[in-house]
Amino acid sequence: MRDDDPNQNEKVDERSGVSRRDFLKISSISVAVPLVTGPKVVFAAGEQVPVHGPGKVPMEFTINGKKHKADLEPRVTLLDALRDEFDLTGAKRVCDRAECGACTVLMDNKAVYACSVLAIEAQGRQIATVESLMQGDKLHPVQQAFVDNDASQCGFCTPGFVVACKAFLDKHPNPTPEDIRRGLSGNLCRCGTYHGIQLAIAQLAQKGA
Amino acid sequence: MRSFEYVSPTTKAQAVSLLAGNWGQTEVFAGGTDLLALMKDDVLAPKRLVNIKQIKDLQGVTYNAQGLRVGALTNLGELADDANVKKNYPALAEALIEAASPQIRNMATLGGNLCQRPRCWYFRNGFGLLPKDETGKELIIEGDNRYHAILANDGPAKFVSPSTIAPVLIAYAAKIRLEGPKGKRELPLEKFYVVPKTETEREHDLQPNEIVTEVVVPPATDAKAAHYEIRQKEAFDWPLAVAAVALRMNGSNVQSARVVMGYVAPVPWISMEAEQALSSQNISEDTAQRAAAAALRNAKALSHNSYKVQLARVAVKRALLKAASGGAA
Repeated sequence: MRDDDPNQNEKVDERSGVSRRDFLKISSISVAVPLVTGPKVVFAAGEQVPVHGPGKVPMEFTINGKKHKADLEPRVTLLDALRDEFDLTGAKRVCDRAECGACTVLMDNKAVYACSVLAIEAQGRQIATVESLMQGDKLHPVQQAFVDNDASQCGFCTPGFVVACKAFLDKHPNPTPEDIRRGLSGNLCRCGTYHGIQLAIAQLAQKGA
Repeated sequence: MRSFEYVSPTTKAQAVSLLAGNWGQTEVFAGGTDLLALMKDDVLAPKRLVNIKQIKDLQGVTYNAQGLRVGALTNLGELADDANVKKNYPALAEALIEAASPQIRNMATLGGNLCQRPRCWYFRNGFGLLPKDETGKELIIEGDNRYHAILANDGPAKFVSPSTIAPVLIAYAAKIRLEGPKGKRELPLEKFYVVPKTETEREHDLQPNEIVTEVVVPPATDAKAAHYEIRQKEAFDWPLAVAAVALRMNGSNVQSARVVMGYVAPVPWISMEAEQALSSQNISEDTAQRAAAAALRNAKALSHNSYKVQLARVAVKRALLKAASGGAA
């Protein structure tokens, strides 16, 4: 079920039961400061802390070097924001549980699972998706190596794998086969193209890409 | 995922006061690699997430004569790459690398790894930590218990403690530091793990409004330590059995030993029996085998997991032999 499915929203309202105000009353030390306008805040240890959500919050992102804005609930993952708000559908939603790697993107140059990062916490970070790799009509060396080595079959895991391979090679320019197995263990391919991917990595490592 | 409100305190005191005093209302959000999955599956449905990643005091790794101090927010990847960890706690560095895929290690924190919830599929599917049917019958006894506990499983808790890093930290005599509304406290890491007896309890000695602040590990350059995992898949899989050992030698004989198993009990399991069996012995195939047998002497398999008893024995034996032959490196 999609996070923005209206039926699920209804269910939430019905079942969550506790209103925000009730919740603030029961939480031990925090005291609600109802403000007519401006951001909501609570007092915590004598200081004001802004509260975001549960409704939509204005957010701003830097994705592939460009600024993007959207109003999103705090529960929206980076992956869903990329795909549903910004039409960046290279990162795929497969397991949605930090296991398969199809949603791999770079956050501040480190590979992460976009399904397991909240969009709200990705603000102020440099996000790079597979869409950033091609320069005009020219494939990125990792993408070209996938083509040269027949490293993709159905192709659904490929965008995540390509991003993971790029991050891996940036950190391990001369990997051993053991480094490759371990370093790419966070991506799964159900067609079983692992051998081609290993060859692609080996080709790039020789080139020093 | 159900909706929630999101706060990002900048101090520990703020974080503590933003957490509710009872479970279910709020959750601490650090790396999120476990929490978000639990929320997507509706196992947890907090009304508020307290994002602690803006709290600078929870960052950082330092090493000095007192040992290692690791801020709870330290990523598993960062910690595995730390030169002092690699040099002085090689078995820990190895456990960190083995703990998860690169993508997870870039997000997951040490505090979160130690606080992650059990991987028991009954728990993950919403049947609770101590799953029962409507007549009160325990589901795991006659259910699919192939990955469940083989030690300390006579109570209602049959899940296994999920952290693969906790056993090696316990072998290194690590302590965990917590902070809550009543102030700070420090526990030997093994005391942080408890076996819940009712569904309202959790498997950690952690109050709902406490946070893990840091982990401290005493110097271990005099120890021979090792970590050994047995998994179905070579990389990135939940283990079937884990053993971590730290040996202090007097010449070629064991002066003192710490033998800790993971994935065998609802808590990381310290085997006094194995430690006694090793006392004043040199480590050979034979003594390692006997210590491993002692470690599993009290094991009681459930209907589908007797294979785990042998796997755990092998893990203990191989960890001992690995430690004696120079440790993790």
